[in-house]
Amino acid sequence: MNKPILLSRSNIFLFIIVLALIAFPFVMDSRTLTILVTQILIFGILAMSYDILLGYTGIVSFGHAMFFGIGAYCTAIMLNDFESTIFVFIGSIAVGMVIAGILSFIVGLLTLRLKSHFFAMLTMAISGLLLVVAEKWRSVTKGNDGFTFKAPEVFKDRIVFYLVVLALIVIVFIVLKRFVNSPLGRVLIAVRENEQRTKSLGFKTLYYKVIASVLAGVIASLAGSLYAVSLRFVNTAVLTMEITLDALLMTIIGGVGTLIGPLVGAVVIESAQHYLSGLARDFPIFERWIIFFGIIYILAVIFFPKGIVGTIQAKYFQWKDKKAQLNVVPLSKNKESSK
Amino acid sequence: MMESLLKLDNINTHIGQYHILQGVHFEAKEGEVSVLLGRNGAGKTTTLKTIIGLTPATAGSVTFLNQDITKKPTYDIANLGIGYVPEDQGVFADLTVEENIKVAMRKENDESKEKLEYVLNLFPDLKKFWKKAGGNLSGGQKQMLAMARAFVNDSKLLLIDEPSKGLAPIVIEKVMEAIVEMKKQTSIVLVEQNFYMASKIGDTFTLIDDGRTVRHGEMKELIEDDELKHKYLGIG
Repeated sequence: MNKPILLSRSNIFLFIIVLALIAFPFVMDSRTLTILVTQILIFGILAMSYDILLGYTGIVSFGHAMFFGIGAYCTAIMLNDFESTIFVFIGSIAVGMVIAGILSFIVGLLTLRLKSHFFAMLTMAISGLLLVVAEKWRSVTKGNDGFTFKAPEVFKDRIVFYLVVLALIVIVFIVLKRFVNSPLGRVLIAVRENEQRTKSLGFKTLYYKVIASVLAGVIASLAGSLYAVSLRFVNTAVLTMEITLDALLMTIIGGVGTLIGPLVGAVVIESAQHYLSGLARDFPIFERWIIFFGIIYILAVIFFPKGIVGTIQAKYFQWKDKKAQLNVVPLSKNKESSK
Repeated sequence: MMESLLKLDNINTHIGQYHILQGVHFEAKEGEVSVLLGRNGAGKTTTLKTIIGLTPATAGSVTFLNQDITKKPTYDIANLGIGYVPEDQGVFADLTVEENIKVAMRKENDESKEKLEYVLNLFPDLKKFWKKAGGNLSGGQKQMLAMARAFVNDSKLLLIDEPSKGLAPIVIEKVMEAIVEMKKQTSIVLVEQNFYMASKIGDTFTLIDDGRTVRHGEMKELIEDDELKHKYLGIG
């Protein structure tokens, strides 16, 4: 009976955060901040998609950037080659998602039979292969130099684009939340915890892992499309290992298997990157900001071993259990009071 | 004469370079509790894993309901109606008791609801901790959850591996009572080190030693044969 109350409380909390985020660009008149929060939201979408793999299915993929890159390139190429209208933008998102879905299906089917570390290595290799193809296929991708393109007219106002990204992250969150709470989501958690045991309950686990892989790939592609439009530029950096590592770190720092955790991770990592590198203007030592970033990561792992949200959740449930135990009246005391 | 449900014929199983099972013959009949007995490392658990397909046989055949299942994948074997309760219970720690059971139920219809009600009456503790995470249950509760989960999975035959392991005597009694009750609904293959428990609930026994079947018969024969018990189980 406690869960629905908790859920409704957390829903109200999330609702307040969404309201605050809607109000944010109108209250804080800062273009830089709006762009930063837009980036955080876009990486939040990417990190949530990674959480479906890592947190809910137990799949460690080092090739998640390939789906992000597919989305980014589809949108950039279509907006560059066709008229840069909102319809082309929507169409490019759809095309990116379809291609990412097909590729993640094929990659999943070929690789998810392997044990976790072999799978991780193979995804890294396939992603690396895609990066090389993008580097060499200069007529389409312009290689590492990349190319700029025009975003749809409506996105000239950064606030409009911010609100679109905000709306999309809310939709993605609701869809993924429903997905992980569905019977299918439970099977994925079962696969993560004990694949053999899940098989012996009659589940063809490969099938479920491929579903998770396709969903994660499709959502990552959406994030890639939004990322390209936010920069109005794309190059092969969107396909590199750094993107996958960012998603991995956001998920681990925020808390795996929580969905909301990766969003918190995105806030921590994107803000740290932005502010630490910004400090270099006043303090030269921050030119090596990546060192401080490493320290933040180490501290986060020490103080939040289950990630920020995961650790807070665990402490909350511990506190609740303790409270429940304190409320139990010992039998002897009960007898005494009845005398 | 009861019908044969499961038959293992000259089963050989390798795990890596090790030849674990070197000729296991075994038969389980409908409505019976068939007990696999033997010393530690004799190959009892591997036999169960071979039946469910987790460590497939390299030679010999496993037949279930007159169907050869030797080379079938685990999920197909489970879908044919074989439920498996592993030694470590295999409870999904992050899922609640309810979710653990509902994952196994697959579909909710009148029959599955009836089965659920039946196991909850059999294990009232599960009802009490319905919303508790599987990982927070005690050893005995985990054992009950694992058995309940395998039962609601539409199993015609349950493979239960050492259900008494690590449990307090009072909990063992409860588990024993539950197995006796479940026997009315399904057939059971039981691996058990606790001879007292095995002798109380088993109808037939199969003795395994060094990966080979050495004796098979009615449980009462074994109870009366002190020499056999001493030689293969170190008791009596």
